[in-house]
Amino acid sequence: MPAIVNSVLTNKWTKIVVFLLCLSPAILLALQLLSAIFGWQAFQGDVTANPIEYFTHATGDWTLRFIVITLAVTPLRKMLHVPQLIRFRRMLGLFAFFYVCLHFTIWFAIDHFFNWHEMWGDVLKRRFITVGFLGFVLLIPLAVTSTAGMIRRLGGKRWQLLHRLIYVTATLGVIHYYWLVKSDVRRPLAYGAIVAVLLAWRLGDWIYRRTRQPAARATVPRKQQAAAAETETV
Amino acid sequence: MLIKRKPDLTYKDVTPKALYMGRRNFLLGLLATTGAVAAWKKFPGLLAGPATGSVPVHLNGVTKSPLSTTGEKVTPFTDATHYNNYYEFGVDKGDPAEESKNFVTSPWSVSVEGEVEKPRTFTMDEILKLVPLEERIYRMRCVEAWSIVVPWIGYSFSTLANLVKPTAKAKYVAFQSYYDPKQMPLGRQAGIDLPYVEGLRLDEAMNPLTLLCVGMYGDTLPNQDGAPVRMIIPWKYGFKGIKSIVKVRFVKDQPPTTWNIANAHEYGFYSNVNPKVDHPRWSQASERRLGEFLRRPTLMFNGYGDQVASMYTGMDLKKYY
Repeated sequence: MPAIVNSVLTNKWTKIVVFLLCLSPAILLALQLLSAIFGWQAFQGDVTANPIEYFTHATGDWTLRFIVITLAVTPLRKMLHVPQLIRFRRMLGLFAFFYVCLHFTIWFAIDHFFNWHEMWGDVLKRRFITVGFLGFVLLIPLAVTSTAGMIRRLGGKRWQLLHRLIYVTATLGVIHYYWLVKSDVRRPLAYGAIVAVLLAWRLGDWIYRRTRQPAARATVPRKQQAAAAETETV
Repeated sequence: MLIKRKPDLTYKDVTPKALYMGRRNFLLGLLATTGAVAAWKKFPGLLAGPATGSVPVHLNGVTKSPLSTTGEKVTPFTDATHYNNYYEFGVDKGDPAEESKNFVTSPWSVSVEGEVEKPRTFTMDEILKLVPLEERIYRMRCVEAWSIVVPWIGYSFSTLANLVKPTAKAKYVAFQSYYDPKQMPLGRQAGIDLPYVEGLRLDEAMNPLTLLCVGMYGDTLPNQDGAPVRMIIPWKYGFKGIKSIVKVRFVKDQPPTTWNIANAHEYGFYSNVNPKVDHPRWSQASERRLGEFLRRPTLMFNGYGDQVASMYTGMDLKKYY
């Protein structure tokens, strides 16, 4: 890999830029919210006459986008041989969690006005809410265990296993969207196709490594093997 | 005990002063980019040509109808006309206003046929001058659980029906929308069969509340709201009010309806507003009135029970949803 790519990806500044890029949809949404509240002209057209629905959908959309981007990190870094991409994966995953928290809060606070009883009724009765809520809940342990300390405490293997829950959440997120729309299923299907490709790549990679590794395993000392397993993430 | 620890930050990790001092410029740049994108989205007209379709004109001599709903705040014109469904022009709520700008609605005629003594094709001019136009303020409740209050203009559908004299065989009325994939290219992706078709039982169609609608807010209908002529049935979900009508047919049997064809489990023939019968995927107990923050309870028959409930006496409204 060219040295320039390496130095850009490992630069502290790059991380800040990526962070701000990830945050910019939220900044734009905040500006739109302020326009809607104070009646500024600049962003009003975007917010539509049903701002609550607009913000619910926008934050839901960004959640799915960040889940997809997070899931794309590993295939990209392996296929393009850019291991440094892993530096951004936690941040991207946490941004998916950040947007789903906004999504959930808008729905719970405004649609249900903090009424737990009503919220549970919806969660249990409406299948698209059931799967969406489940996907959200499954992200909580991942966000909680995203710190270096938690990785150490859990151990690489167990941590990795736990974080495969993102596959479930991604699938549930797509189903949630698919069940929500009335008739035009193109957008949910597009997300579904991307998630399917990203998960299929992992399956292919896993099969590939399984069929190739026995030979490699024989020659690599045990200790080194364990170390390799620790750092290898899916 | 002395623990030797490798420092995790060295001098080479320090952000160069120029970059650090320039972070404000970076943020400004980000805001400027965001602003530019928003401006471009807001004024796509800067790039597109002027609209070539039909535009609303003021309707004269409109009287206030006693059938108007009172005590409701009318939804602002821009909200009602820029947040609505018209799947032929796209499935997003903002699509119809944007994509229908070049829709040509003149000349226009409506064929009224089927089980009638005097089948007839009405030109749009004839429809506009059949009887004096009335303004009727009605609540409109969308099946998606949002609602608006609109001053529609038109007259009872029964006025037109009586002119063609339905025979004793006529039990239902079937409606059909205009559909031209050339003018409505997004219709192909709507996920529903087009042209759009709707239907009413004869007594529903003849109810005085059922409006043959040619205008709103003082003017003829904007393209996105179903110009030049549409139906408004205020006690039913909005999608029953078929837009841009070209054909009305009096028939013996219950006619097929578009959303019922698309998903019979979710959208019934009757589709009366009913807070007690939920959509399989969401509750119909409450709604969001555009412009209001919190949801409000949905009224049985959208609040028009006094005028319409008797038509459904003895019917299981859970079964005939």
